Amino acid sequence: MAKVKSHKAAGSIDMTAMCDVAFLLLTFFILTATAKVPEPLPVDTPASTVQTKLPETGLVTITIGKSDGEDRVFFGMKDRAIRSGALDYMAQKYKVSFTEQEKAQFALIDEFGVPIEGLKQLLAMKASDRAKKGVQPGVPCDSINKQLQDWIQYARLANIDQGANKELQFAIKGDAKEEYPEIKKVMDILQDQKINSFNLVTGLRGKDY
Amino acid sequence: MAELNTGDGGGKKGSKKVRSKKSNAKVDLTAMVDLAFLLITFFMLTTSLSKPQSMDLGLPDKEDKKEPQKDIKVDQRRTMTIIMGKDNKIKWYHGLLDSPEPGGAPTDAVYGKNGLRKEILKRVVSIPQVTGDKDKGMIVIIKPTKKSTYRNLVDVLDEMAICKVPTYAIVNDITPEEQKLVDEMNK
Repeated sequence: MAKVKSHKAAGSIDMTAMCDVAFLLLTFFILTATAKVPEPLPVDTPASTVQTKLPETGLVTITIGKSDGEDRVFFGMKDRAIRSGALDYMAQKYKVSFTEQEKAQFALIDEFGVPIEGLKQLLAMKASDRAKKGVQPGVPCDSINKQLQDWIQYARLANIDQGANKELQFAIKGDAKEEYPEIKKVMDILQDQKINSFNLVTGLRGKDY
Repeated sequence: MAELNTGDGGGKKGSKKVRSKKSNAKVDLTAMVDLAFLLITFFMLTTSLSKPQSMDLGLPDKEDKKEPQKDIKVDQRRTMTIIMGKDNKIKWYHGLLDSPEPGGAPTDAVYGKNGLRKEILKRVVSIPQVTGDKDKGMIVIIKPTKKSTYRNLVDVLDEMAICKVPTYAIVNDITPEEQKLVDEMNK
């Protein structure tokens, strides 16, 4: 008779505590996850097996990619203080004045690809319009118009002005299909300023490719 | 917690509704927990894995033209040259182009573990034995041509990391003899 009773007890575990924990963790992860910002120049990075993570701060990303069949170079700074510092230097050199509002607006832009003369128009746009195709023609970096060099130099100067004790790091984010001379051009620009060590942004893959 | 009390909590003792008071509806949380954990897993993986990977690359200092460049003599048995052409083609040779090492004549190869990696791995092991010195390992010279892509460069650099090649360099000047090889490859 006793055995019949134990048969009856269908195990129903109390899930309440588990559910609580699960949702607590879920909330935590949702809140810490950073939303992906739309990139003005989407590139398909090549994959590699090396797993070094990029630093979160003190980084400048130079994106090289093709859009509308033309090679374009975009410039992005991670730290807001460096962004506004570099903009001040650039405004001085190219004699373009920005209002306080425009400066504040610029500090929010992750990455841009316009010559300094066209930056005013870009800042006046809505954030959603900036990522549209054909809006940003790329930062000029040929032998006549060396704005990329200046941006790099002034970003480094701004980094020093911040009192950072670490050198600004540079990462090249190139499209996989980009031809080597384009990449070489940017590497040369970096090397002209004695930046001999930089990161190449890559995707992830296994060793058995 | 998590129990819905459907009875009206007394007052009508002894009436017909005694039975319904007893049925304490316990909500089944299993599906909810399943979903919660699924989402947790998703957010955990995406937050840590979406960070872009990167590859460190150190290039030698660009020499100023003031000083005459000194030629550094390197044992030809240690050098393997990889030339990257267009359409993901590769040509490699071991030693000098005019007098390659045994089995090291200019050869076509493909990227990946069955192509280039086999050749490199073989030589990473054999070269220190030939030179008889552990510190004198393999040297790989990477020569990207104008038609090669960024993917090719990263792939070759990746091979260096996988095969643990002790020394490698990206060299941009291509000799006329090598240019002939490139033209042949790009045909």
